[in-house]
Amino acid sequence: MKAIELVGITKTFGSVHANDDVTLDVEKGEILSLLGENGSGKTTLMNMLAGIYFPDAGHIFIDGKEVLIKSPIDAFKHKIGMVHQHFKLVDLFTAADNIILGEKMPRFSIKEKSQQYKHQAANEISALDANLDEKAKKKAIAKINNKRNLKICALPFIKFVKAVAFNYLPRNRAKKLQKIADQYGFDIDLKKKIYEMSVSEKQTVEIIKVLYRGADKLILDEPTAVLTPQEIQKLFAVMRKMRESGKSIIIITHKLNEVMEISDRVAVLRKGKYIGTVKTSETSEKELTEMMVGAKVDLNIDRQLPVDPQPRLVVEGLTVRNKDGLHAIEDVSFTVNGGEILGIAGISGNGQKELLEGIAGLQHVESGNIIFYNPKENKPVTFFHNDLKQVKKKAEIGMFHYPDGTPVDLKGKSNKEITKLVNDEQILYYENEVIDLKHRTPREIQELGIKLSFVPEDRLNMGLVGNMSIVDNMMLRSYRKGKSVFVNRKRPKALADKIIDDLGVVTPSDMTPVRRLSGGNVQKVLVGREISSSPKVLMSAYPVRGLDVNSSYLIYNLLNEQKARNTAVVYVGEDLDVLIALCDRILVLCGGKVSAIVDARKVTKEQLGLLMTKMPETVERYEYAIPKDTKTETVETNTEAEVKEEESNDKQ
Amino acid sequence: MINNKIHEPLFHLTKRTSVNAKRAWALRCGAFIVSILLCAIITLIIVELNNQRLVSEGKAVDPYSIGQYFDDFFTGAFGTPKVVWGLFHETAILLLVALAVTPCFKMKFWNIGGEGQILMGGLGAAVAIQFMSGKASNASTIIVSIILAIAFGVVWAVIPALFKAKWNTNETLLTLMMNYIAICLVDFFISSVAVRNQTGKLNFLNWPGTVPPIGPADFAGRTYILKIVIVAVITTIIAIYMKYSKHGYEISVVGESPNTAKYVGINTKAVIIRTLVLCGVMCGICGFLLVSATSQTLNTESTVGGRGFVGVLISWLAQFNPIFMVLVSFLVVFIQKGSAGVALWQDGFNATSYSSVMTGIFFFLIIAVEFFVNYKLIFRSDIQAKIDNFNGKIKFAFTKKKNAEGSAILQDTNGEEQVEEAQPQIVEIESPASDETEAKEEE
Amino acid sequence: MFIKLLSDAIGFSAIFLYGSTGETIIEKSGHLNLGIPGIMCFGAVGGCIGADMAYKAGMGAFGTVFFGILFAMLFAGAMGLLYGIFTISLRCNQNVTGLTITTFGAGILNFWGAIVGSIGVFAKPSLYFTTSIFGEVGNDWFSQLFLSYGPLVYLAIIIAIVVSIVFKKSRTGLSLTAVGENPAAADAAGINVIKYKYVSCVLGAAIAGIGGMCYVLDYSAGSLEYIVDQLGWLAVALVIFSLWRPGIGILGSLIFAFLYLLPDQFLPKYVSMNAATSAIIKIIPYAVTALVLIIISFFNKRETQPPTALGVPYFREDR
Repeated sequence: MKAIELVGITKTFGSVHANDDVTLDVEKGEILSLLGENGSGKTTLMNMLAGIYFPDAGHIFIDGKEVLIKSPIDAFKHKIGMVHQHFKLVDLFTAADNIILGEKMPRFSIKEKSQQYKHQAANEISALDANLDEKAKKKAIAKINNKRNLKICALPFIKFVKAVAFNYLPRNRAKKLQKIADQYGFDIDLKKKIYEMSVSEKQTVEIIKVLYRGADKLILDEPTAVLTPQEIQKLFAVMRKMRESGKSIIIITHKLNEVMEISDRVAVLRKGKYIGTVKTSETSEKELTEMMVGAKVDLNIDRQLPVDPQPRLVVEGLTVRNKDGLHAIEDVSFTVNGGEILGIAGISGNGQKELLEGIAGLQHVESGNIIFYNPKENKPVTFFHNDLKQVKKKAEIGMFHYPDGTPVDLKGKSNKEITKLVNDEQILYYENEVIDLKHRTPREIQELGIKLSFVPEDRLNMGLVGNMSIVDNMMLRSYRKGKSVFVNRKRPKALADKIIDDLGVVTPSDMTPVRRLSGGNVQKVLVGREISSSPKVLMSAYPVRGLDVNSSYLIYNLLNEQKARNTAVVYVGEDLDVLIALCDRILVLCGGKVSAIVDARKVTKEQLGLLMTKMPETVERYEYAIPKDTKTETVETNTEAEVKEEESNDKQ
Repeated sequence: MINNKIHEPLFHLTKRTSVNAKRAWALRCGAFIVSILLCAIITLIIVELNNQRLVSEGKAVDPYSIGQYFDDFFTGAFGTPKVVWGLFHETAILLLVALAVTPCFKMKFWNIGGEGQILMGGLGAAVAIQFMSGKASNASTIIVSIILAIAFGVVWAVIPALFKAKWNTNETLLTLMMNYIAICLVDFFISSVAVRNQTGKLNFLNWPGTVPPIGPADFAGRTYILKIVIVAVITTIIAIYMKYSKHGYEISVVGESPNTAKYVGINTKAVIIRTLVLCGVMCGICGFLLVSATSQTLNTESTVGGRGFVGVLISWLAQFNPIFMVLVSFLVVFIQKGSAGVALWQDGFNATSYSSVMTGIFFFLIIAVEFFVNYKLIFRSDIQAKIDNFNGKIKFAFTKKKNAEGSAILQDTNGEEQVEEAQPQIVEIESPASDETEAKEEE
Repeated sequence: MFIKLLSDAIGFSAIFLYGSTGETIIEKSGHLNLGIPGIMCFGAVGGCIGADMAYKAGMGAFGTVFFGILFAMLFAGAMGLLYGIFTISLRCNQNVTGLTITTFGAGILNFWGAIVGSIGVFAKPSLYFTTSIFGEVGNDWFSQLFLSYGPLVYLAIIIAIVVSIVFKKSRTGLSLTAVGENPAAADAAGINVIKYKYVSCVLGAAIAGIGGMCYVLDYSAGSLEYIVDQLGWLAVALVIFSLWRPGIGILGSLIFAFLYLLPDQFLPKYVSMNAATSAIIKIIPYAVTALVLIIISFFNKRETQPPTALGVPYFREDR
């Protein structure tokens, strides 16, 4: 008998098919990996088992019987326990209290018990010695009946006392649980409060919670994403132990090596559809990758060769910690050139968000440099980018000149005079301005000339204000311009109308609150606004998520236009076909580190898939060889040896 | 074996993605009318019971009817020109309070300390009048009392803002506490001055240095007109400030989406403090008007008299829109004054408390109606089909009536209309939700 | 004389204790009910009606007290239910609903009071509330301090202790706290969040309602006075002062009562007091509460914070 069987499960959100006719089964005492790219509907499918969503169509069988799972409580009843990616724990409680939270009292039915006593009494009566005389028999029957009645009368009180006793929380409750935890080999102090715990400890608490509730079907949603390798090994040991005791486990993961290591079978989903299930022993990482990414689709995106790629944004050894204190991005280095689209591939949650936010100044950068080469020519020096000391220093090196071309010599000039010269825009600057973005506020980065445009992953919570009209959302970045007390809605309105026309935003009017637009249209508004500010660097994360094909192409064209304008475009995407067809180079992130920077024109989907899930031994870094004097369009590939050579040169 | 029946809850709630303005206003007007009728019915019952009691005590009572009720009600609200002026004046004061707290609420800063902030403003004005009246020129007294009132109001408003900005102190509870500290401070002032005066109460009636009546002696609104004009000006300013100024824009962004505010580089703390200063200024002005002009006294019971809280309700019910606030505060005062008029003719009725009961009923209905404006009940599909069918029939009947002479094609188009109506609605509701869930999932 | 003041304060503290215990229960479920003053007024009306009816029907001490409490709880509980419907099911703004209930409740008490008369109208039934449950007590300090109160005072302390034990030592309390801290987590753990919210709103309001009655029938011996809503705000303050722990609330209510009575009843006998000094002393409870609020936000210690989801409506579809 199968522990879990899903037949023809379909779930749609609006027009998006999150799951389309998915059929899946899990044996008892088996670990099944659920594999798939982002947005392939794994979590949605599992949420339907856990009672969080209700399927639109399809059937769920648990232990061979069809069941309906309408709420988490139903899921508990069928002994399904899910450990969510986002932990559902009360921070203020100890681990032990979180584990027993919501536990139901063991069933105690007065009706059943009284029936049982009645039967018992009847049996006793029928079992009476037939040889007894009438009087003694009557006496015995009366005695039995009295006893029965007394027992039945006492039942409500017993129930009450039991309820009170159950409701009481003894001081040593953590100790009892600790034993259960120790049995499974969890190394955790259950008296600790959740807010004092690390992520892996929190996860352990979630798993113990599920086990304590008597679940024998466990769903783990990307449990390894937040763990260190040692912690992962511990988790796997626990999982194997659970498998031995006959429990069924579904583990959602992206990491192929883990899939190969832990699971008995692997089920693959792709774009909401069920692709197939294979035995782990009979498959290879390559086959799984192929199942996961599917056949190559020719997207026919018009891609030009990068024109004059000059470094625009140089990131060196960037390290960013996420809010849990873990390294979201570790020692990431790369260069984005003007006139190219650099794709960033990676399983979501591998640091894309932190990387972009770190550059945009929205996340604290722990270490590393973000250097921005601002293409300026013959522009006046400003105190916004330099302080007085820096101006003097740079003038000494001979970086500045006067409008008539003579070099600036500040020796013998008082600070006041220099200040006046700068303010009067008399000191000019030739070369690319070099600005370190690290530790600048988002506003400063923005006011540098809005060179970083950023389409956040979470559109309506970051980037747009849902309750405001399209026009008002247009001026989020620009409303400060000018000295007037009042906002000027003329230009934003013109911009809004232009975007609505150009991108075909479906909206009743430009005064419609953004919240009321459909997801794709919201996306168009956001991307349209970011691009309209004619950025020098455009970073966009998942700009086509939730868009239909036509709108997606519109966005691709917009990005290509930016590329043609010599903008450095960073495109974080999830669809490998798009990445390969749209980008010039692709940076692959794996666990917050760069696993490779590859030439998008040469790479295959399978290669990308492998790089996303597994850190290679040597990191390939594909860079353009920038010709120093001529502006030819040749693009050369640096071999690894050359890269290493360069690195060693750098060290010297 | 396969169970084809879909088990869903009987109905579930969805937030309306598009609010139909016409429907919303129809609902709100309906709530107002229902609340007036409900007040009438409740009053009739109470009066009947009260009359029975009075008769049993041997007192003579007049018969009472619903006509009499509305007669009293409208006399109370619009009886004489002076009453009408009073009505507008009270509307203006409530409106000012509501305006003062509106920017805070728009920013999701739950300032329920309007009461205390106004009282402090009043205290500032009273201090100036108490110590300057007669000693300095009237003009300078008035100016100093305005400045002091505003300063006191601002201080009282900014303190919670500072703590909110600095340590994220719960502003609802802190402003609530500050209300009572303000009351005690005013008590302290009154009693320390009152000892000197040997009267126990403050009375600035027609003192030099208070705001004098304006206009000829036979003009009914001579004590009211100035304040109405001031509030009208402030209303315009705030309406413009909220809608067209950069500050107003920042307030909306901070309130609607703190994350976006951070993303575009708005200094949230500065916005909070700045907004509360504005609120304090308006509360100070309000306190000044109440003490120096309206009541020409200062006490803790009736000078502000709960207006700080009512203002909060008005601001929220008008959805922070200054123009709607004019309407809502007018309706509230209309019910208050009307009810006071009704209570006047009933033995044993306390006018203030009776009108606050009636206002309470009005508020309850309006609050409840907001739910139906913003949420939609979605019934289980089979029930929904029945409802749709029923609505369709009603609609059909109506359109049929309207186009009595219409052509025969109408029937067909009606059928199509129904379908069209049902489809886009569902799409509208579903799509944003799905995006959110997706986004969450992917994080 | 100090004993007299202390015993007065203990008698008076029951009012705050009912209010704050009730409000604590409500706030634990994540609802900030600013309607507590109004609900206490409602409790006062209900309690007076119930006690008066029972007294007129010739019931003895027990019947009168019982029906008083029952009606106070019913009236106040009905308002709690109304608040619950508005804020839980209809998802209205909690502050707005609460303030409306306060306006409404205070209005009802005053309106009803004006009709039935004020001074000593319920003096006779109130006798059952004011006389000590231990009968005649001696004049020694022990009897005065511990035995001299009517039933409502003891009931208040018992309720506070029971609630405090339930919060600390029972699964019910644990679940309730979870609902107020993280409703989504509670929901995922199989707790019926909506049920918990409703029960706590109604129960909390009912308990607070007894406080209103306690003021009229016990402290002011059956005279209707209209400061019930003022005391209600102090009760709301007390919740913060006691850091959402009814156990501390017992002590806190005593301090509040002591400070409330100090300027008017105690000090004048010893020092020449004027109204100004008394007004200054009256600031203390509020000022201390505000200070507590600021201090807990400054130290930002998790255990002393208001319930995390306080004032945030829970909407399962938001998951």
